[in-house]
Amino acid sequence: MSRDDFIWMAGGPQGSGVDSSANIFARACCYGGLHVYGQREYHSNIKGMHSYFHIRVSPNELGAISSRVDLLCTFDADSIVRHIWEVSSGGGIICDSEVLPKKLTEIPTLSASFREEFQKTLDEKGIKPQTVGDLLNEVKKDGVRIYAVSYLELLKLLSKELGEEKLSKLTIMTNILALGISFGVVNYDKKYVATAIEKIFGKKEKIISMNVLAFNLAYDYATANFKDFGFSLNAVQTDEKRIFIQGTQAVALGKLAGGCRFQSYYPITPAGDESLYLEENEVFELERTALKQQGGSILVMQTEDEIAAVNMASGAALTGARAATSTSGPGFSLMVEGLGWAGINEVPTVISFYLRGGPSTGLPTRHGQEDLRFALHASHGEFPRIILCSGDVEECFYDAARAFNYAERYQTPVIHLTDKAIASSSKSCRMFDTNLIKIERGQLLTEADVSGKEYKRFRFTESGISPRVPLGTPGVVFWNTGDEHNELGHITENPAVRTRMVEKRMKKLNLADKEIPLQERVNFFGDEDAPVTIVSWGSPKGAILEAMERLRRENYKINFLQIRMPHPLPREYIAKVLGKATKKIDVEGNYSAQMAGIIQEETCISIDYFVLKWNGRPMTSDELYDAFLLILQDKAPARQVLTYGS
Amino acid sequence: MALKLADYRTPLFNDWCPGCGNFGILTALQMALVDLQLPPSGVVIFSGIGCHGKTPHWINAYGVHTLHGRALPFAIGAKLANPRLEVIVHSGDGDGLGIGAGHFVNTGRRNIDMTYIIHDNGVYGLTKGQASPTLKLGVQTKALPRPNINEGINPIALALASGYTFIARSYAFDVAHLKETIKKAIQHRGMALVVIQQPCPTYNNINTKDWYSGEDRRDPATGKPVPRVYKLEETGFDGIVRSPEEILQKSVAALTKSQEWGDRIPMGVFYQNELVSTYQDRIAHRIAGYLENPPSKQVISDAEGKPVTSMAKMLDELKVTG
Repeated sequence: MSRDDFIWMAGGPQGSGVDSSANIFARACCYGGLHVYGQREYHSNIKGMHSYFHIRVSPNELGAISSRVDLLCTFDADSIVRHIWEVSSGGGIICDSEVLPKKLTEIPTLSASFREEFQKTLDEKGIKPQTVGDLLNEVKKDGVRIYAVSYLELLKLLSKELGEEKLSKLTIMTNILALGISFGVVNYDKKYVATAIEKIFGKKEKIISMNVLAFNLAYDYATANFKDFGFSLNAVQTDEKRIFIQGTQAVALGKLAGGCRFQSYYPITPAGDESLYLEENEVFELERTALKQQGGSILVMQTEDEIAAVNMASGAALTGARAATSTSGPGFSLMVEGLGWAGINEVPTVISFYLRGGPSTGLPTRHGQEDLRFALHASHGEFPRIILCSGDVEECFYDAARAFNYAERYQTPVIHLTDKAIASSSKSCRMFDTNLIKIERGQLLTEADVSGKEYKRFRFTESGISPRVPLGTPGVVFWNTGDEHNELGHITENPAVRTRMVEKRMKKLNLADKEIPLQERVNFFGDEDAPVTIVSWGSPKGAILEAMERLRRENYKINFLQIRMPHPLPREYIAKVLGKATKKIDVEGNYSAQMAGIIQEETCISIDYFVLKWNGRPMTSDELYDAFLLILQDKAPARQVLTYGS
Repeated sequence: MALKLADYRTPLFNDWCPGCGNFGILTALQMALVDLQLPPSGVVIFSGIGCHGKTPHWINAYGVHTLHGRALPFAIGAKLANPRLEVIVHSGDGDGLGIGAGHFVNTGRRNIDMTYIIHDNGVYGLTKGQASPTLKLGVQTKALPRPNINEGINPIALALASGYTFIARSYAFDVAHLKETIKKAIQHRGMALVVIQQPCPTYNNINTKDWYSGEDRRDPATGKPVPRVYKLEETGFDGIVRSPEEILQKSVAALTKSQEWGDRIPMGVFYQNELVSTYQDRIAHRIAGYLENPPSKQVISDAEGKPVTSMAKMLDELKVTG
């Protein structure tokens, strides 16, 4: 087992407490000064289907999951069978001893296609296990330790200690028992776990003490009975101020810091968590203002559909409020007409777009990066738009705030792309610094600016930007229309006005391209003059960085260009970087290598190697390392497709 | 100085067909604004797509001509971000009851303090006369190759079921009645709907101005036409709910009246209930100070552009070390 990091996975039926045990596990590690990266995977189902939480722990900051598991903590037979081959040699599996006699053919939640693949693996290995116990014995031969414990017996002990007769009332705590076993196996300091339990259960003192009791019971059982794991997880000292945060929360906080005061949304996975979190925090305090005592608030509207959501955000934006909506692929499909309206009316509407596997309903709870071109081309006609894509939770925060600056400065819709892997991953990272955020509202006029003057909302200007006023500004009026319009905003079909008006709007894109600094649009990592350049966008960032660092430690020269603004694309810079590379590798979570295509369109530079993945699961550093290594050794095909994940 | 009709007009050429019912609606609305002395900069007129959609361009007030069927969501966004705006939404029968029907229904249950005016002429005028959602079953207006195969939606009944708290109907060529109805709608505290029967001289050759005014059925005694439209107020009908106990009875009465069509078409207020909380009230209940400090009026940065949202509490909640 690697000593740099430790990977714990909790697996069980949806609704069995996988999430809360993972949350406690992660927080307990964080409190002990460790860094954590957690990734939640679940079926589009409420109760019963398999779900798992992958938690990676290290003294160093992490940006991705990896392809192995060191300690697999299972709540049911399904989780054992599904993840058994991922457990590293020297790793361990915690399981309920009651499931050992269960026949492998009698696990109803395993699909036919899974069974077929599983049988193939068994045939390849030349083994014929009949029961879960047989299967575990097979991996035991490879050095995997099996920690079978009867959750029922532990519950009985617990009921005795609590004086609670009814076992059924306690089964809800099975996940805490599993957590106790997990931490006992690795000998982690109990006090951090108690703190985490207190944090998760808030003010419910009785529940906290029950859970701490359950945890201790299982922990002590494990330290007494399971002593052979050979790795202990130790807390480390740190002075760094850190938070543990989920992707959707980072976007929400970025919006609040950035001054968003109106958000409309229609429920959809995985975007929905962001709006709920915003609503939980709809009222907040203010600082640095004389109006401090007034406090601030954001109005979060759940609408009847995504068409209403995007158009309400535009309506709110017209009043001068910073306004946004948040959605995923199917919702964005419904928003495209509204996007065009915001474009032709030069409305600063911000859309947070969480990518997931498509098309249609596709893989509603699974990862994908398939909608870059869709975001770029959505809606009929031509109008400027700005597209941002964040590569991790921290970038989500700062980009979400910045999106409003771009929207208001260039008076045009901004689409902020994140993806499911970021949305439902939680990680520890440095405390966000609100001081790094600057609010720039562009040419937003007040009553005093326009009083007594002629006002034309779409006045032709050198830059293409016409100063705007909020709806309701006294002394003036303006008109908006989705039709082509003149400077006042009235409908026109005049060919000369049409020509100028389209040009005026499109010019803003050139201006944005010229004005927005490079450091807000790309990240560059690695050796400046390396012959190999990886180019990517979005959530693969963390896994790429890690794979690249491993290769650099092995003396390979390699660098990574992360694109954060695909539109307007900083094409000269990209051409400069890619121009130096003899091997150019594109990494994306889609079939058609969309970013590579865009780069080719804009720079005429074609990519040499493609590392792609569209199985609905995020990329891991290990599979990227393997893929890059093949390329570096000249053994790779032009196109490699990654498949890790269950 | 008092505002005059001219203050609400724009100098643009009006390109509706001669004889279009929209002229009556435009005039009545402008007259209502004069009567209420609402300053043009405090009023926002929203519209969808269709012949009605051009209405804001002929009114000197903020005008937002939106997408087909989507005027309501735009208007709601603006009204909630700045509740001080006087928001008046126009929609057509195809716009509001066909493509935008989902918004029609969901707007009812929110009870936002706005006015919603539906221009109902039974046809899609701007696309050359197809049947609209309010055209009755079997009616064949002149652009239709076959009689209408769908039953017509009853917007009054639908509004009642959806939770609108002011539901009225008027007639485009009875400008005095229409003006008064629009005024009542604007003054209503809550979501107000005014359905306006409107002849389309170009495509609806069935429900014409003459048809509404009964030119085809003159009283044999007087020789005068017997109009199909009549005023509810003149029959002693009273749709106003004054106590919670009256809600059921007044709703049933409004629903019953809404079924009348053909020989007798009721105009006026079918239902009004100001006992229901408005959406703004509901938000203010959750967010203290919402009405004084709504989204559009909030300060978001200091003079140097530093955010004024205090993130400390939220970030503290997520803090794990340091």
